[in-house]
Amino acid sequence: MDYSAIFSYMYTETALIGVMVAAFLYDLIAGKKGRRFFHPFVCTLMLLFIAGTIVPYHRESAEIFGGMYVYNPVFGIVKSILATGTLIVFLQADSWLRREDTEFKRGEFYVLTLSTLIGMDFMISAGHFMMFFIGMELASVPMACLVAFDKYRNNSAEAGAKYILSALFASGLMLYGISFLYGTTGTLYFDDMTAKMEGSPLQILAMVFFFSGLGFKISLVPFHLWTADTYQGAPTSVTSYLSVISKGAAAFTLMAILVKVFAPMVQYWQMLLYIIIILSITIANIFAIRQKDLKRFLAFSSISQAGYIMLAVISGTPYGMTSLIFYVLVYMVANLAAFGVISAVEQNSGGKVCMDDWNGLYRTNPKLALTMTLALFSLAGIPPFAGFFSKFFIFAAAFEQGFHVLVFIALINTVISLYYYLLVVKAMFINKSDSPIASFRSDCSTRIGLALCLAGVLVLGIASSVYDGINMFTFGL
Amino acid sequence: MIQMEYYLIVSTIMMFAGIYGFFTRRNLLAMLISVELILNSVDINFVVFNRFLFPGQLEGFFFSLFAIGISAAETAVAIAIIINIYRNMRNIQVKNLDKMKW
Repeated sequence: MDYSAIFSYMYTETALIGVMVAAFLYDLIAGKKGRRFFHPFVCTLMLLFIAGTIVPYHRESAEIFGGMYVYNPVFGIVKSILATGTLIVFLQADSWLRREDTEFKRGEFYVLTLSTLIGMDFMISAGHFMMFFIGMELASVPMACLVAFDKYRNNSAEAGAKYILSALFASGLMLYGISFLYGTTGTLYFDDMTAKMEGSPLQILAMVFFFSGLGFKISLVPFHLWTADTYQGAPTSVTSYLSVISKGAAAFTLMAILVKVFAPMVQYWQMLLYIIIILSITIANIFAIRQKDLKRFLAFSSISQAGYIMLAVISGTPYGMTSLIFYVLVYMVANLAAFGVISAVEQNSGGKVCMDDWNGLYRTNPKLALTMTLALFSLAGIPPFAGFFSKFFIFAAAFEQGFHVLVFIALINTVISLYYYLLVVKAMFINKSDSPIASFRSDCSTRIGLALCLAGVLVLGIASSVYDGINMFTFGL
Repeated sequence: MIQMEYYLIVSTIMMFAGIYGFFTRRNLLAMLISVELILNSVDINFVVFNRFLFPGQLEGFFFSLFAIGISAAETAVAIAIIINIYRNMRNIQVKNLDKMKW
């Protein structure tokens, strides 16, 4: 085969491996003085990488390695969105990584995070179930190390154990499903498998098992039990990475596989998703209302957001694909802004993440309180912000395919979610407190990260060129 | 020759024994062993399907090889985390992992 295809079509992964190796070598070689520039070094590399890959090079899709790896311009768009999110996470993680007990592990954080990103990229581009499985595990095994990163705090280790055991269990179930798909169709290539799908009971069973593996990554409701504990126990920067990048990649892959491989079984997986969407949105909303810990609260909020993302999947149209990518982008900026504020407050106040501690934050840190408010408004979907538009497109995609009752239930749940998002806003602006969190200035890197997120929240919805740009590429799928 | 169904019965029993163990064991290492049972049953499935149904190709064999390798990596990470928990609280019973609930 022609090895130049690796560089001309697999350029995202190749470049990302380059960035990872560079970060690893810098960690090895740099002395005490050089380590101070580690953070700017990695951020610059990521910035160059994003600038180089943000626009897909080729307009037509292609297959390399005999169809194992599929290149498609839409995949390129999703990958650059994920890379941008990773850069923002890096920017916000700096003040945490500067702490004395994590300073010497800084290199590990970058290398592990980048390797999960590579895994997600391979998972998105997979054209064969083995490639998909390897990509998914490459994303979830280093993720367990990241969750248990603060290993001498009990919570982090506990969160890591809960994550890795559930991840192993879910991937075991998924493999069991894939083994039956192989048994009934005799191939593992996505393209060949579609032709042999006929919806026999064994294949439906296999599909449900397969779905549970990705449902775990997206944390949909029957598979969500690890989410709250892991999100609470993990370091805040890792939580934000887990809640956005990992979830977005898995949601997109799920849609691509359901639409492509399971196309002949569309009525079965639509029924499955129908039930799961209602469960995810409703149960997560009910649990979110009673949370006091902000990270745990955002965990349940992210479960219900995952339910909304599935509304785009259930439509199964190119329009749904566009709205899914747009939703992931908007959800990413809003959620990263919220987690960025939590991380900044946590680092500067000695770990205060409880909602009651945040009373009166507006008086001492007005800018952070305002950022948090805008992010929560966007998550809830209040009109001038990006969240409204992304929710609107998602609902429109599902409504167009005739899921009227489902959209209605989702709309009711949006109102419920507004209640608990506003509880945080109320704590910051209205509740009085005798000892509010002291006023502080967050460092430069965190501020850049928050400013990027805030710009996204304000601009993405109004600037229709973003949506049109994504739409231009999804049309051919 | 032994029929394919007998192999599948063995792998199904392994699979559900693994699931049962995962839900009932109260020790982290025992839970890990249960998950390994699930992963091994999958390997049996792949190999058996390949050998009996599609003898002309090797996809199933390859998949089971990769699955074994990856599950070994996962187990290594899981054991590292379990050792860390042991260092923190001197035992690995699930009932002690209750700092975070609800």
